[in-house]
Amino acid sequence: MFKNRIFKRIYTNKTSLAGFMLVAFFALVALFAPWLAPVHNSNNPYQMPQRSYEIAPQPPSGQNWFGTTEQQYDLYYGVVWGARLAFEIGVTVTFFAFLIGLCVGTIAAYFGGKIDELLMRLTDIVFAVPSLVLAMVIAAMLGPDIKNMMIALTAVAWPSYARLIRGDILSVKRRDYVTAARTLGARGPRILLRHILPNSIYPSVVVASLDIGYVVLTAASLSFLGLGAQPGTADWGQLIAMARNWVLGTSQNPLAYWYTVAIPGGAIFLFVLGWNLLGDAFRDILDPRQV
Amino acid sequence: MVRYIIRRLLLLPLVILGVTFLLFFLTQRLSPEMRASLYVKDPRQMGALEEVIRQYGLRDNVFKQYGRWLGQVVRGDLGYSPSANMPVAKAIKEYLPATVQLALVTMILVVLFGVWFGVFSAVHKDKWPDTIARFVSVGGFSLPIFVLGLLLLMLFYGKLGWFAPGGYSFQTDLIVHGPSFKMYTGFLLIDALLNGNMRVFMDVLSHLVLPAVTLCIGSFALMVRVMRSSMLEELGKDYVRTARAKGLAEWQVVYKHAGKNAIIPVITLASIQFIRLLGGTVIVETIFDYPGIGRFGVMAAQQLDIAGILGFSLMVAVLFVVGNLVSDILYTAVDPRIRLD
Repeated sequence: MFKNRIFKRIYTNKTSLAGFMLVAFFALVALFAPWLAPVHNSNNPYQMPQRSYEIAPQPPSGQNWFGTTEQQYDLYYGVVWGARLAFEIGVTVTFFAFLIGLCVGTIAAYFGGKIDELLMRLTDIVFAVPSLVLAMVIAAMLGPDIKNMMIALTAVAWPSYARLIRGDILSVKRRDYVTAARTLGARGPRILLRHILPNSIYPSVVVASLDIGYVVLTAASLSFLGLGAQPGTADWGQLIAMARNWVLGTSQNPLAYWYTVAIPGGAIFLFVLGWNLLGDAFRDILDPRQV
Repeated sequence: MVRYIIRRLLLLPLVILGVTFLLFFLTQRLSPEMRASLYVKDPRQMGALEEVIRQYGLRDNVFKQYGRWLGQVVRGDLGYSPSANMPVAKAIKEYLPATVQLALVTMILVVLFGVWFGVFSAVHKDKWPDTIARFVSVGGFSLPIFVLGLLLLMLFYGKLGWFAPGGYSFQTDLIVHGPSFKMYTGFLLIDALLNGNMRVFMDVLSHLVLPAVTLCIGSFALMVRVMRSSMLEELGKDYVRTARAKGLAEWQVVYKHAGKNAIIPVITLASIQFIRLLGGTVIVETIFDYPGIGRFGVMAAQQLDIAGILGFSLMVAVLFVVGNLVSDILYTAVDPRIRLD
């Protein structure tokens, strides 16, 4: 019933359909990256091919459809494999953050009392600094690379899921059917796993999966600041970081290097836009009271 | 309510201790030589790091070191930042006003234009202004600020040459740090007015335009969305129909009756957004080379300047936690239906 409502909603609403199509498009690009842009370094497919060591970016041409960045990294390759990397980062971070949040939230709600208090204060600690700033500091101290960036993003993302799941479980815990199960003699862990979790987890799963766009945006910000993917990696944020030196253009044409920002920037924008449009539709379904 | 505030106030130092300990714990991954910058008070000491390491026991266990660091912080000593080339406390004092100034100007832009645009789209519901507003409110969330910032730089600095990056021009730098210019507050806009120097004022203001416009995009999108839905809700209420039935002019109905009630959620949202802007300043200040606390934090992070990172995080945490508490209290003050517990 829940599933049917979602699909019906997506098909009937123009904006959510657009969102769905954008996300699906990027998913296809990510999936078929090896065919769209053949790997040239089989040890690390995310390493962009470098045409030469010339410094200035080159405009789109027959050889480089989207042009090249500074030091002649192929933008087309970067954007295509960047889509794959975006999904990899988004899905991995969201999955682990959700898993940690699920464990912490469940433990807090189930045991209550001092353990609950302690775990919730732990989430307060993470919430005490804006997530981008905290992720930036953690990534810097772990050392800038993609793996450490994902650890940093997971570290700042889990508390919101922990709180969400804790709240959901607490509200389900008092329902009649839980009391009924208890009177019938079911014990704690069984009630938790068979009765409470299945009834409280789905909305959180949907909310979490829709955060993928936001995670990718934060990851791109970190890479842009030089605290994530390193130069030469097919990462959208990193591609834009390489464009920073070229905002001025040439004296004849001040906008000569527009493609270095607009193409990878457009990719991030459309990707996040897709997830946000999809997210709006899902939030309407999950919370029908909101207009 | 009072009990809630007292409880939050008691938890506040605990949360800040927690954050700083967590970050301090992370620094232990780095070599004692790198951590020594925390205890250096004078650039000359940087030459004799082994001495600093021995003197402050940087090979001791974490808790002992953390206690020592905390003792220093209480005395107002945050260490020496190699990336900013000055003590961290001095760097914060120098850079923070510029960031607050940027955030304030941004917030003014967000509230003024967000409210106006929200009302405009609600009044013209389902017509083209509304379509634009809805597109902006979704698009604004999705456009990364570093992309917008670079595009604006290309256009307004590269092509048109209207605005330049940085906090102020070279001439202003000479005036501001010259003998005749008095620093009263540290906020250059206010100080320029107090000194009666309009040239400095206009120069600083023009350097604020691009960063403020870039920074406001996310909050602006949210503001338009909230104002629009709040306005639509008020316009559908009975008292609006009564006002119309009385024969009031449409602008009076919209602005004097519905608008006054619709703006309540916007005020509380603005107070929350003001704090949230802190995260965005990190990126905006880096793009526009704006001499604020965010750029200081990024440079410290990029160069693994431990003293800078810890001092920056401590300051952000204090601002953020206190700001959140204040906005929560404001929330209840403006809207008595909300109860904190």
